[in-house]
Amino acid sequence: MANKKRNTILFAVLTLGLLLMFFASISLGSVMIPLKDVFASLTGGHAAKSTWEYIIINYRLPKAITAVLVGTGLSISGLLMQTLFRNPLAGPYVLGLSSGASLGVAFVILGAGFLPSFLSVIALSSYGIVIASTFGSTLVLLLVLVVSQRLRDTMAILIVGLMFGSFTTAIVSVLTYFSTAEQLQKFTFWSMGSLGNLSWSTIGILTVCVGIGLLLSAKSIKPLNALLLGENYAKSMGLNFKKARLIIIFATSILSGAITAFAGPIAFVGLAVPHIAKLTFQTSNHTILFWSTLFFGSIIMLFCDIVSQMPGFDVTLPINAITSIIGAPVVIWLLVRKRNFQ
Amino acid sequence: MISILKTTNLNIGYKSKKTVVTIAENLNLNLSSGKLISLIGANGIGKSTLLRTITGIQHPLAGNVYLNDKEISAYQPLDLAQNLSLVLTEKLPPSNLSVFELVALGRQPYTNWVGTLTQTDIEKVQQAMQLTQIEHLSNKKHYQISDGQLQKVLIARALAQDTPLIILDEPTTHLDLLHKVSLFKLLKKLTQETQKCILFSTHDIDLAIQLSDEMILMTPENVVQDEPCNLISNGSFTALFKDEHIIFDAEKGKFIVT
Repeated sequence: MANKKRNTILFAVLTLGLLLMFFASISLGSVMIPLKDVFASLTGGHAAKSTWEYIIINYRLPKAITAVLVGTGLSISGLLMQTLFRNPLAGPYVLGLSSGASLGVAFVILGAGFLPSFLSVIALSSYGIVIASTFGSTLVLLLVLVVSQRLRDTMAILIVGLMFGSFTTAIVSVLTYFSTAEQLQKFTFWSMGSLGNLSWSTIGILTVCVGIGLLLSAKSIKPLNALLLGENYAKSMGLNFKKARLIIIFATSILSGAITAFAGPIAFVGLAVPHIAKLTFQTSNHTILFWSTLFFGSIIMLFCDIVSQMPGFDVTLPINAITSIIGAPVVIWLLVRKRNFQ
Repeated sequence: MISILKTTNLNIGYKSKKTVVTIAENLNLNLSSGKLISLIGANGIGKSTLLRTITGIQHPLAGNVYLNDKEISAYQPLDLAQNLSLVLTEKLPPSNLSVFELVALGRQPYTNWVGTLTQTDIEKVQQAMQLTQIEHLSNKKHYQISDGQLQKVLIARALAQDTPLIILDEPTTHLDLLHKVSLFKLLKKLTQETQKCILFSTHDIDLAIQLSDEMILMTPENVVQDEPCNLISNGSFTALFKDEHIIFDAEKGKFIVT
């Protein structure tokens, strides 16, 4: 089979690309560190300067790992939603899941002042934020689901997602009136999105959440393939649709919820990456799409991260801006070239 | 000849909170292996409701539906999928599925948790594609083929599902006469060669009369199941359409517009 051979080559290239990107993301940054010292720090040796070692181990490595987690998680959740909603334009950001997660986080960060002090400590911890955020994204996804069953029109679902986005933005701006300058600053920084600033222990929490989400997604590969023929055919082939849908929803919510909690709302990755995978592999088979989306997601996120802090510049651009600059044109191009989505 | 699906005193219709709408009562149908059976009736008479009820999607108002001597509602989804496959009228969602992949999806009730095809699965898929003569389309994407070919592909998918009963909902709509005839002949051939029972709803009554082994006729008054020639001789077709301009010519076996 020619296809099989082609896929093997593509996956080999992707693996190589991922390794290169991962290493590039660790090697590049505002502080120039010679490759030799990067290797030395990664392999447990000593770099020429101890600050270099510190930067690699406690700043760049966690950031690269976060980029991989964020990229894979968001992309997979986009893939799941596109098949579940039979809508090529579905994604965690477009359907308002990220907004829902933002709302959850806004309530925690901006509203913590209203809670008794011991509760606000719990709420502001990593666990509190991740729970609030996942809760927010689940809520929005369930609402979208209810609406999508009444409106069969795929474009209507997108508009509904957009409305949820506006709604949460409005609620957030109301909340800002009642919060302190310090809280506001914290929330604003969070909402610009950032892959850095994550300690090793928060990365641990994120890894567990993304891991659960990816395992559930892998379990959904077969149901997703059945759903390519539509809900009724899928049921006639023995699919327990309600159960499968529940698993897919939970997987999507935990992926986009946890990621948004720690890295902020990151636009377009979830929408664009599955399309890149579909176009490259020319298939709808979710076994292949699952793996290729994982690879593309991490490669593209690492790339965006490298761009966001170009070597030689002192400033780090917000990651959300970079993904939008790259992602928005992809979406427009998809719309223009509409003929056969996916 | 083995009976595959049987209904006893079946009442079909809809039940909402306040009202019960009965569409047909006391249906005693019997679908047996190796038979091509067509379901005929005017628009809105309740063909879809009947199909939905005997496929277990909708509950009967009264009476029972037995598939292989087991009440249809007692089946687990996976068991049901190994006994009954469907070909629906709905449009397929956009995707990149190739013809082979689409037909192979019919193997889902038998494959493992990721849907890996075993050697047996691949053989069944190839067999289904041979029977429907679509092997040459194997690598084409499903949106690159004609409506007539797509209909054959969907039938191949149902064949790959390897069930004693296949139910098709209006498989000949959107097809021209040539493709209608070739599809009917294909269904006929399949029932003879595989001893499956195939039930399909259609509006192409003339063709159905010529090619079906049995027909189920739905009129507002009653639902009858019999061989086409018996239905012609006892004048059942006259009652099909309530319109003075449409007359059934029993000698020619077709409808005539006056």
